[in-house]
Amino acid sequence: MNVANRPVPASLAGVASRGDRPQVSLDAPVKIDVDALNFYYAAKRALDGITIQIRANLVTAFIGPSGCGKSTFLRTLNRMNDIIPLTRVEGKVLIDGESIYEPGVDVVHLRRKVGMVFQKSNPFPKSIFENIAYGLRINGLVKSKAEMADRVEESLRQAAIWEEVKDRLHDSALALSGGQQQRLCIARALAIRPEILLMDEPASALDPIATQRIEELIYELKKQYTIVIVTHNMQQAARVSDFTAFFWLGRLVEFDRTDRMFTAPAEKLTEDYVTGRCG
Amino acid sequence: MRKHADLIFQMVSLSALLVALAALAALVFDIVSDGAGRLSFQFLTSIASRNAEDAGVYHALMGSIWVIALTGALALPIGVAAAIFLEEYGSRSGTARFIELNISNLAAVPSIIYGLLGLGLFVRLMGMGQSVLAGSATLALLALPVVIMSTREALRTVPNSIREGSYALGATKWQTIWNQVLPMAMPGVLTGLILALSRAIGETAPLITIGALTYIPFAPDSIWSKFTVLPIQVFNWVSRPQPEFKANAAAGILVLMVLLLSMNAIAIVVRDRQQRRGRI
Repeated sequence: MNVANRPVPASLAGVASRGDRPQVSLDAPVKIDVDALNFYYAAKRALDGITIQIRANLVTAFIGPSGCGKSTFLRTLNRMNDIIPLTRVEGKVLIDGESIYEPGVDVVHLRRKVGMVFQKSNPFPKSIFENIAYGLRINGLVKSKAEMADRVEESLRQAAIWEEVKDRLHDSALALSGGQQQRLCIARALAIRPEILLMDEPASALDPIATQRIEELIYELKKQYTIVIVTHNMQQAARVSDFTAFFWLGRLVEFDRTDRMFTAPAEKLTEDYVTGRCG
Repeated sequence: MRKHADLIFQMVSLSALLVALAALAALVFDIVSDGAGRLSFQFLTSIASRNAEDAGVYHALMGSIWVIALTGALALPIGVAAAIFLEEYGSRSGTARFIELNISNLAAVPSIIYGLLGLGLFVRLMGMGQSVLAGSATLALLALPVVIMSTREALRTVPNSIREGSYALGATKWQTIWNQVLPMAMPGVLTGLILALSRAIGETAPLITIGALTYIPFAPDSIWSKFTVLPIQVFNWVSRPQPEFKANAAAGILVLMVLLLSMNAIAIVVRDRQQRRGRI
């Protein structure tokens, strides 16, 4: 816990270079600033004093065993837990300096800014086109049919699925393979141009090839988006993320640069977990 | 030995099914043999008459169509709205639970009680008179519990991941319900509506109570018209001593059955189309 509050070193440019990865600057501005966050399901405390700063245009991975609170924490960042009855939040979450749990906050507006991709792909039982168009339409983001078609194509290209579906945009989204459905859901989230993308184990139900495609995609997307990804897969966290946060029993045990988390963690618990000795 | 037991069980199940089917077939056969001779274009287009050969079901048929269409038009939106409130908005509040309990009770209330309620509330207090509207409103009350319960059931089958997917895109609760949840629930909703209307179209007691008359010299031309319906006409014919009217009654039952079956057929077609649209 002491380590969790340790400030991120000011300048780490170039340190995270691993293998074929180009160098990235880890000295990015803070996008999401969480301070002493507690979360309760009824009387049960699921998150305990989480304090973390997530930086813009980098990938932050949340790791930890099942039930450690990483998904719950992810869902507090776009207030997705609001729809679960009997839940309660204490503490502060600032996104771009604005507190998202203030009484006057427009949740709809927040979720437009903080997109989300779920563990199990959940395309709507409509056409591929309609899946993407829905978010644009309900938020009133396009003015004409042509603009709609452009935005749909743009999002499908961003999610690297355009080539596979361009000839069957009006076919059912449910006819796509699991990996394609998940990329469609990513495209759907990107269509409304969020600033932050939350991904809750986006590849856990996919085969290795589909997983690789999602990982490549994440790497592409971080140029434009701040990405927070929950994963069970340690190798995946090591591959895709710049920062890694390790959760244990509702607490944030350690948060640091990914390379350091996997090679020289400060906490014994982190080391045991990433080396597979526990959890 | 286990194989034999399996076979025996299959046979028992099959014969149980055959008994039920045979009873139905006998009933239909009996009615057809009694009534088919009376069925004709003339029978469908003639009004009730003291003379059995001249009598027809035109007014009762038109009355039934008017009443059932209006009943559906009233019960569907109210029932769906009530179910949405209970399932999506108030599922945990005390009020919702209280309403829920009462709806289950309402479904078990004898239909004549609805007739008395309709007489007191719609016919007298709200001044609708013995009109199509009063009859439909009464039958809509009767149909509501079934529509509400089946709609709730249908809403519950929509996976939560769909709701979350919609919320995550910045949809409001209402946008989520209207654009995602309700379309997916629609086949179930329509099935419930068919069941409810099938019961309503055969109801006699509540309509007699509110004063749907047996002899009406005209077909309804608005929701304020007086009316009669097929079951009341059949009931009237059955209660007459002359055997000719018995044949009329059988023919009337056949018309009612055809009306019911075609209603169900239309609903099934609509439901399948919805389902197909749901799948793309």
